[in-house]
Amino acid sequence: MSDVTYTTAATPGEDIFAGSYETTEGTIYNLSGGDWDSISAAPEGEKERIVVNMGPQHPSTHGVLRLVLELDGETVTDARCGIGYLHTGIEKNMEFRTWVQGVTFVTRMDYLTPFFNEAAYVLAVEKLLGITDQIPERANVIRVLMMELNRVSSHLVALATGGMELGALTAMTFGFRERELVLDLFEMVTGLRMNSAFFRPGGVAQDLPADGEKAIRDTLPLLRKRMKDTADLLIDNAIWMGRTVDVGYLDLQGCMALGITGPVLRSAGLPHDLRKSQPYCGYETYEFDVPTQTSCDAYGRFLIRIAEMHESLKIVEQCLDRLAPGPVMVEDKKIAWPAQLSIGADGQGNSTEHIKHIMSESMESLIHHFKLVTEGFTVPPGQVYAAVESPRGELGAHVVSSGGTRPYRVHFRDPSFNNLQATAAMSEGSMVADVIAAVASIDPVMGGVDR
Amino acid sequence: MSEDLTPVVPEGVSEIDIVGVRKGAFNVSGSGDTSGFGGLVTPIVMPGASPKPYGGWFDEVADEIELSLADRNLPAASAIDKVVVDRGEITFFVHRQHLAEFARVLRDEPGLRFEMCMGVNGVHYPEDSGRELHAVYPFLSITHNRRIRVEVTAPDSDPHIPSITGIYPSNDWHERETWDFFGIVFDGHPALTRIEMPDDWPGHPQRKDYPLGGIPVEYKGATIPAPDNRRAYN
Repeated sequence: MSDVTYTTAATPGEDIFAGSYETTEGTIYNLSGGDWDSISAAPEGEKERIVVNMGPQHPSTHGVLRLVLELDGETVTDARCGIGYLHTGIEKNMEFRTWVQGVTFVTRMDYLTPFFNEAAYVLAVEKLLGITDQIPERANVIRVLMMELNRVSSHLVALATGGMELGALTAMTFGFRERELVLDLFEMVTGLRMNSAFFRPGGVAQDLPADGEKAIRDTLPLLRKRMKDTADLLIDNAIWMGRTVDVGYLDLQGCMALGITGPVLRSAGLPHDLRKSQPYCGYETYEFDVPTQTSCDAYGRFLIRIAEMHESLKIVEQCLDRLAPGPVMVEDKKIAWPAQLSIGADGQGNSTEHIKHIMSESMESLIHHFKLVTEGFTVPPGQVYAAVESPRGELGAHVVSSGGTRPYRVHFRDPSFNNLQATAAMSEGSMVADVIAAVASIDPVMGGVDR
Repeated sequence: MSEDLTPVVPEGVSEIDIVGVRKGAFNVSGSGDTSGFGGLVTPIVMPGASPKPYGGWFDEVADEIELSLADRNLPAASAIDKVVVDRGEITFFVHRQHLAEFARVLRDEPGLRFEMCMGVNGVHYPEDSGRELHAVYPFLSITHNRRIRVEVTAPDSDPHIPSITGIYPSNDWHERETWDFFGIVFDGHPALTRIEMPDDWPGHPQRKDYPLGGIPVEYKGATIPAPDNRRAYN
C-alpha cells in the first residue's frame, strides 16, 4: 500500500484528465469542456481533426447511444455509432428458461414496444408447435388491439423524445402525457404499464377485464383530441420544419441497401408494411391505410408517425367492434396455461376456484398443473422465422428448438439495431445539430438495439 | 453411469440432420437418480432434406436459383448442400465457399429479387462435429413478397464464412454481432470488431460452451443456484 502514490493536480483547477500526448499521427489533445484555452498555445497544425465523443450519457442521443463525430467546423465529416451499453444477454438467458418464461424476457428488449416483442416471439413458438391456426379468434383480436395501442404509445414517445432533443419541450410533455393514457389501459388489461408479458404461446395470459372494452372506447376520443393538439403544435411550426425538412435524407436506394424498414422506408415512398404484405393475427381482415411520404427526410417520418397513430386507432375501434365472447387460449391442455388469474382481495391473484380444484378435487389436475408449470411443454425440433411490423420496422424472431422444454436459440432481428446503421449515411456532411434530428427520426430504442 | 452412451438413431434418419444428443431428463448427473430417466440418450434430429417438388412458389425459386447458378458455371449440386422445407419455410443449406455467389444471385436475378437480407444469426451446435457453427440468413423479397432462409455451416476449428456485406451492406452490424457472440470470422468484412460486448472481452458469450454465469441466491435460509446450474427438464 505504501508504495502507491496518488497524483493530484499540480495547480488548483488543473484537469488531470486533460492534456496532450504524442502519437505517430501527431499531437493529440484531450479536452473535457471549458478548457479550450489550454490548446491555444498549440502550434497551428497543418492538419487539424476534431473528434467529438457524444454520449453514451447525453440527453440528445436517444438513449445510451454513443456517437463519435469527426468535425470540420460545424460540419460532420464522419459519424460512427457505439452501441452495446444496454446489452443484457436476453437471448442467452432465454436458453435457460421454459418456452413460456421466454415471454418475460423478450418484453423487456425494446421497452417501448413490449407487445410487439412478445408477438414476434409467440408467433414463432406457435409456428414451431404448428398451432398457428388454433389460436382463438378472441385472443387474436386482443393481440391486435394491444399491439395497435402500443404502436400509438410508442409513436407518442418518438414524437416526445424527438421533440425534446430538438428543443420542443412542449411536444415532450404532451407526448408523455398522452402516452400515459395508453399505459393506463395497459395497466388495466395486463396489470402492468410496461413489460407486461401478456401474450403467451397459445393466446394471451388473461381475458380483458369486465369494463375493459368500455374503458378503451372511452379513452379514444380524448386520445384523438390530444394527439391532434400535439400534431398541430408541430406540423406547420416554422422552427420544427426548419429543423427537420430535408434533414436526415435517405432515399429509397439507400433504404434498400441498408435494409431499412418501418417509417424510414415509408418516408422514401415505398408502402411496405408487413401487416399488409404478410399478415399475421388476422390483420388481413382490418381496414387501414399505410401512410407514405416521398420527402425521404425527418419531417416526412414525423408526418408518417402522426398518420400511423390515427390508422392504429381505426384498427383499435374495429377490434372493439368485433370482440366476441370466447376463449383466449388454445384448447390443447398440453400447451395452454392451466389457469387464469382472478381478482383477489389484494387486487390480483390466483384463481381460488382453480386452486380448490387441483388441491382438493382432482389429483390428475394437480399433476398436470405441476408438470406444465415447472417442466413446461416441449416443442418439436426445427427452426422458424416470424416477423411483425413493429413501430420501428420489421421485428423478426428466429427461434430454434432442439425438441426440449427450452428454446435452443432465440435471436431477434430488431429494427432499431438495423436502422441505426443509417446514421452515417443520414448525417455525414450535415451540421452537428442535424445529427440529432436524423437519429431522432430513426427512433432507435437502445433496449432493442442491444438486447 | 457411463457418459459416452451413443444414441439409437431412428430408421430413415440421415446422419447430417443429427445436431446433438440429449442425455438424461433433469439436466444433472451423478445425483443418484434411480428413476432410470437420467440414463436416457436420444439424438436431436432436425427436419431432414426435402425431395422435389417443394410445393408452391418454393419450386419457382429453387429452379430459378439452379438456372442462375448454372449461368455462372456453378452447378447447383456443388453449391447447395440440401434444401429443407419445414413448417411452411424453405431453407437452403449452402456450402460456405459459394455463399457470396449465391447471395449475389438472390439479389440480382429479376426472378428472385431478394432486395433485403434480414441480417445473420449464429447457432452453435457443439456436437454437430465438423459443422459446429451455423450462420442463418433470412432473406426477404419485397417485389415477390417471399421469404427464404440460407444456412451456412463452419467447423469450430476453422470458423470462417465469407462476408456478404459487399452485396448486402445492411449485414455490416449483423455480422459484427455474430462474430462478437459466436466467434464466426466473416472474411472480407471491412471492420470485424465487437459490437455488443466490450472490445477487450474474452470469449464469445452466446456459444453453448460459454457459461451463462450468475451467482447462487440465498433466500430465507435456502440457496437457489444460478439458472444454468438449476435442475431442469430437457
